[in-house]
Amino acid sequence: MAVDNQARSTLINGGGPSFQKERIKLRLMSKSRLAIRLTMLALAILTVVGFLTFDYRDVHLLKGIMSTFANFKTIFAQPQLAHFSLSEAIYQLLVTLSLGVLTTLIGAIIALFLGIFAAENLSNKKVSNVIKGFVALIRAVPTVLWVLIFAVSAGLGSVAAVIGMSFHSISYLTKAYSESFEELDAGTIEALEGCGASWWQIVCQAVLPSSLTSLISWTFIRFEINFGVSVAMGAAAGAGGIGYDMFMDSAFYYNLHEMGVITYLILVVAMLLEFMSLKIKNKVRS
Amino acid sequence: MKINFLMKKRLYFLAIFLVLVVISIGSMSMTQFSIAKCFASIPKAIQWGFGNFYPAGDSFARLPEILLKLQETLLISIAAASVAAIFALFFALMGSRITKVNNFLATLSRFIANVFRNIDVSIWALVLLFSFGQSSLTGYFALFVASFGFLTRAFMETIDEVGSDTAEALRATGANYFSIVFQAIIPMSVSQLISWVLFMIETNIRAATLVGILTGSGIGFLFDLYYKKMDYHASSLVVLSLVVSILLIEQISNYVRRAML
Repeated sequence: MAVDNQARSTLINGGGPSFQKERIKLRLMSKSRLAIRLTMLALAILTVVGFLTFDYRDVHLLKGIMSTFANFKTIFAQPQLAHFSLSEAIYQLLVTLSLGVLTTLIGAIIALFLGIFAAENLSNKKVSNVIKGFVALIRAVPTVLWVLIFAVSAGLGSVAAVIGMSFHSISYLTKAYSESFEELDAGTIEALEGCGASWWQIVCQAVLPSSLTSLISWTFIRFEINFGVSVAMGAAAGAGGIGYDMFMDSAFYYNLHEMGVITYLILVVAMLLEFMSLKIKNKVRS
Repeated sequence: MKINFLMKKRLYFLAIFLVLVVISIGSMSMTQFSIAKCFASIPKAIQWGFGNFYPAGDSFARLPEILLKLQETLLISIAAASVAAIFALFFALMGSRITKVNNFLATLSRFIANVFRNIDVSIWALVLLFSFGQSSLTGYFALFVASFGFLTRAFMETIDEVGSDTAEALRATGANYFSIVFQAIIPMSVSQLISWVLFMIETNIRAATLVGILTGSGIGFLFDLYYKKMDYHASSLVVLSLVVSILLIEQISNYVRRAML
């Protein structure tokens, strides 16, 4: 017997309008979901626009990718030195590491002072905002431009490289340090103030010792970044070290085999540094 | 006893301090870095900067050219980060502790991400220069690969942090792998993942300048060109436009982050 729709709905809910006409909404469209959708849409549109407007210069995409894979095969499977010996390469690697060390140390010393004044619980809000804004402005200029700007008056070389690279280290570490100072329990500072401790005593006896471990861990993370940066500065801004050799191999000698050796050396050091910073991070957290 | 403890502490700090001093002296001699020259050059650089490094006069005529290159660089950075995010999400799901398919694939994807991350973007740029020449694609692929390595690690950590309890609970109800991933893990972590992508775009714009100088494309190349012609007014205009666009994008992404929460 065929029961028509009207009759069925009368049967089920006593003559009221039939319910469940459409799918139940599982998730409501809240503001945050809308923001996520819009962001993803914007990124997708910009990506497509980017691909349409790129300056391709008649490069064949597929051919290029295939030849890149072939180049990688050469780099990773047949590394061979040509213009310098292994000991020279390791010496240059040490030069690059030294650049990283110097930059990190200078950055850490300056950032320690800036970080104390940028922490809202240790200084007033005005000073903190000024320092934070200043630091954000420094970070907006890419490192390589800082190095090149300083190179005009200091000459291309390690001095310009270290000064220019220190800018970003200072900026990064100031932010990290001030955030770890702000984590300190407000009660500790209040208790010490109540005892009549001076500001310097609070900083040296309470703030620094309790955040020392996280300071060390942040500094080492920055050192890891600075190693990569100093490789890049060697290549792009005449800072010397292994990056410069790599740039010469790529731009002048067209020697992929030697680039392979350099890539392996850099990869080993970078992985070692990452492993060490992971160990330090775990030790600090526990 | 107490004096002994304080004494020990002081000696300990003294030892660390001495080690740091030795390391820095060693580094200075390795890189031929002199503190005197460093201190001498900072005031000189500031003086020179105020004297020469500002946009003036005819440099504004180059603004359309600069803005065109800036737009190209911004689009490359965004495209590299977005496409890399798709690949990174896949690798992160493979490699994450809670969503891995099996141990072999997890180790493999972690290894690949590790290698890609630890090779600096400058190396990628120099290698890709061989096959793509001075086109935008060199910069695009260099940034893509670097973004991929970084985002995979960041996504993996986010997924590990966000989803472990939920995934366990869902697994206990008998949900299959795909419903755990698509109904729980991704919806829960999506705002943090997008936040990482936005961060990556900011990083990419800075890196794009470096890649541009190395490979001769985009805004980095334009800066290099003016810089080598000693046209400092025009190169300062390039720096200024970069700073403005980076600060602007930082503001936009902070706004989006707040809206997504």
